[in-house]
Amino acid sequence: MSPSLVTMSYIIAIILFILSLSGLSNPESARRGNYFGMAGMAIAIIATSLMESVTAYGYLVVAILVGGSIGALAAKKVAMTQMPELVAIMHSLVGLAAVLVGYANFMDSSVHFQGMEKTIHEAEIYAGVLIGAVTFSGSVIAFGKLSEKITGKPILLPGRHQINLGLLVAVVALGFLFLDQVETGTGALPWLFLDKGGSQSLLIMTVIALLFGIHMVMAIGGADMPVVVSMLNSYSGWAAAATGFMLGNDLLIVTGALVGSSGAILSYIMCHAMNRNFISVIAGGFGTGSGGKAAAIEGDVQPIDAGETATLLLSAKNIMIIPGYGMAVAQAQHTVYEITQLLRAKGKTVRFGIHPVAGRMPGHMNVLLAEAKVPYDIVFEMDEINDDFPNVDVSIVIGANDIVNPSALNDPNSPIAGMPVLECWKGETTVVLKRSMASGYAGVGNPLFVMDNTRMLFGDANAMLQAVLKVVQG
Amino acid sequence: MKLGIPKEVAAGEKRVATTPEAAAQLIKLGFSVCIESGAGTKATISDDAYRAAGVQVLDTAEQVWQQSDIILKVRPPLKWPKFNIDEMGLMPKNRCLICFIWPAQNPQLMDALAAKNATVLAMDCVPRLSRAQKMDALSSMANIAGYRAIVEAAQAFGRFFTGQITAAGKVPPAKVLVIGAGVAGLSAVGTARSLGAIVRAFDTRPEVKEQVESMGAEFLLLDFKEDGSGSGGYAKTMSPEFIAAEMALFAQQAKEVDIIVTTALIPGRPAPKLITAEMIESMKPGSVIVDLAAEQGGNCELTEPNKIVVKHNVTLIGYTDLPSRLANQSSQLYATNLRHLLTDLCPKKDGVININLDDEVIRGTTVINDGKIIWPAPPPTQVAAPAQPKTIPSASKATEQHRSKADAATRWTVLVIAAAALLGLGSILPQSFMAHFTVFVLACFVGYQVIWNVTPALHTPLMSVTNAISGIIVIGAILQLSAPSALVVWLAVFAVLIAAINIVGGFWVTRRMLGMFRK
Repeated sequence: MSPSLVTMSYIIAIILFILSLSGLSNPESARRGNYFGMAGMAIAIIATSLMESVTAYGYLVVAILVGGSIGALAAKKVAMTQMPELVAIMHSLVGLAAVLVGYANFMDSSVHFQGMEKTIHEAEIYAGVLIGAVTFSGSVIAFGKLSEKITGKPILLPGRHQINLGLLVAVVALGFLFLDQVETGTGALPWLFLDKGGSQSLLIMTVIALLFGIHMVMAIGGADMPVVVSMLNSYSGWAAAATGFMLGNDLLIVTGALVGSSGAILSYIMCHAMNRNFISVIAGGFGTGSGGKAAAIEGDVQPIDAGETATLLLSAKNIMIIPGYGMAVAQAQHTVYEITQLLRAKGKTVRFGIHPVAGRMPGHMNVLLAEAKVPYDIVFEMDEINDDFPNVDVSIVIGANDIVNPSALNDPNSPIAGMPVLECWKGETTVVLKRSMASGYAGVGNPLFVMDNTRMLFGDANAMLQAVLKVVQG
Repeated sequence: MKLGIPKEVAAGEKRVATTPEAAAQLIKLGFSVCIESGAGTKATISDDAYRAAGVQVLDTAEQVWQQSDIILKVRPPLKWPKFNIDEMGLMPKNRCLICFIWPAQNPQLMDALAAKNATVLAMDCVPRLSRAQKMDALSSMANIAGYRAIVEAAQAFGRFFTGQITAAGKVPPAKVLVIGAGVAGLSAVGTARSLGAIVRAFDTRPEVKEQVESMGAEFLLLDFKEDGSGSGGYAKTMSPEFIAAEMALFAQQAKEVDIIVTTALIPGRPAPKLITAEMIESMKPGSVIVDLAAEQGGNCELTEPNKIVVKHNVTLIGYTDLPSRLANQSSQLYATNLRHLLTDLCPKKDGVININLDDEVIRGTTVINDGKIIWPAPPPTQVAAPAQPKTIPSASKATEQHRSKADAATRWTVLVIAAAALLGLGSILPQSFMAHFTVFVLACFVGYQVIWNVTPALHTPLMSVTNAISGIIVIGAILQLSAPSALVVWLAVFAVLIAAINIVGGFWVTRRMLGMFRK
């Protein structure tokens, strides 16, 4: 295939990728968009394989088949509640691939550049490996946290900001050292494959980058996971873009930039939804050392049982369901939908109110509800329905805490002050399903629980909802 | 301890202090319950229903008074020469009594009860705290009175409440004015609204405007600044200027509306006279006035307590027993209020009450403790309606403005630095790099535009599809597959493999997810 033909194929692939992303503006076009994405990918891979320089088809086919089957198996097996973990581990793979490609390119002696271009090329390798390594280790830790293999609590080393700063300075310094070593051919390692100038500093930087990724994600609490996951998504894009620069490949650059900006926007949306500064999330240690003391919560909670909850629902006209991470944990989405169906059959308005950071990943709740076959036209975003709460008779909060915490609005000293929340307390009655009176991930007490129009339904969300369902069925 | 419920003696009093449901709950608290035979008859609750709930039914009032440790009643115990019953006389010493007392109006009763060494909890003295709402019998009775007021008015009113266009012509909707938007007033507003009337409401306390509007009524505003909120969520007496402006408003409204419901009360004082004889005269013939303050002298000059009278072609309803006219409903709510009070009095659920005077609610409710009159209680420390939140947003708005200014400054600085940095780079970077860089920057902008259009519901599929797409890094690996160095080849093979996991896995799981999004 001639280079021009390959480039043309790449342009087609780019267009298909853009169409694929723009298709996500609604669920109908999204399905078609996904096929565009697949087509784009297929065109890109085939065009690249047909380039004259590519001859090792055996390796290619085997690697793609093996990798593809692993991917297909994972995609088929994964439960919707585990989507955040899957996404995190896939980010780590992109990061790892970027590191590998970076090293391969570094060692590949067939690539020749001169002068300024050579320096830029080396810098691109350095940047690609750096971003890839941070993405890789950060995503692995995020995966561990999401699958609860590692504690969800932020782990804060003393002087973590200084550590981060120190690592950053070290990385920059090593970068200059690397360029210098490559130039002069020094810093080679005795091992057979790293016998090239600059190997030393590249390797040390990789280790530092890996440590940096681990340290960064370790310091971030469970509730901030949506930001972390979208941030890592962004990084994986930038890693691909950096690889594109390294290889002088526009397809990689464009795709990486698309993915990178997608992740960046998601991070922005998530931070905005938590009224948090991006830097403060990344720096970690949420809720520590904030200004004044948050107002203590006083009052009695008013418990309710499943039967009474069902009676409440049956006498209500306008019902709002607010799912949180607790629904995912209890796998209660199917029960929720069965109740919804029954109530809708009785002519009641049932809607779902989704907070942007509900769950552990952007859009997590939507996917779970979609899995339970909840029609998406009764699922609403916070901004769409927040003004409607005064008309709501009963709101059901399922395993959510911080996203319905009124102190975000009226207690300036609360750690979550200023975060937009679902104002369910403006409705007639709110029923909160909760395991116990423990505070949310942000570790903040919730005055909602002691409000006069709030009833607490304690227990496992799914077990309780099953009991409610039985009574509603009559 | 034994709870006893004698039959109410007062003329026209149909309520009863407990229902079988409430009694069953009380028995769960460890009390035993006895009731005078026929106590629930007028509230359509049979003796058998009580028996089924585990209540002992006694034949005479005397037995009930003698055998019980705690007496639950609706009306205060009085002498009723007409029925030849003296409830005070029936009451043994050292007993506990829970009922409406009105200590301010009944000083003799208070003395008599104290002489009996009784412990008395007055249901009309429950403090207006949010915690005590569940036992606030005044509110639950007022709610019923407000509802019934509209029902009585509808009975006397010769027209529809709702407007209709019928084949026989157009019917205009009734116009209802509710004066005093307390519990009774709001209940009247809601009832009249649900019958389809046009409802207006007036209150001296401006903070109830929102509540009135939430019930679908229009809140009448006076062009006059004075806050009528007294302590404990009740109204207070207003200045003469305010009253003059208020009366002018009523005079003008009287000409327009068909039905007036007055609920204006000031604690411990006679009801203010709001509707004068001239106003009544100016009303349309067939109009109705329901005076819920009739017992305290009436808000309307011509009201006669306990009677319906027609004056100047206007029907004036002065019933003082509206809750009793919904005897079953009001008994249920009153019994539940009593049950909540007893639950608080008996925290150990062992059937023994503990008058804990450190508890603000119990302290306020208890008017006589072991023969000692301890009424009135010190004023409540907490007002039912919090007025605080209003001040906070304005303060935060100021800081917000301040912050947005600071934001703008940082934004400009960042822009300038970024521009300078880009120009600096441009001066040293070679042309070949700039071509790629152009593509990169354009792609970032395209990405920015495209991603903002993604619906938030599809953020998870967006992440998985971008995941799949970022597997495009496979191309970099493929290009290196045929490198001369074996090590590079193996690195590339591994990279192809993991990128393939990403591509297939990402697209596949996206497809799975999108398949689930159905209308």
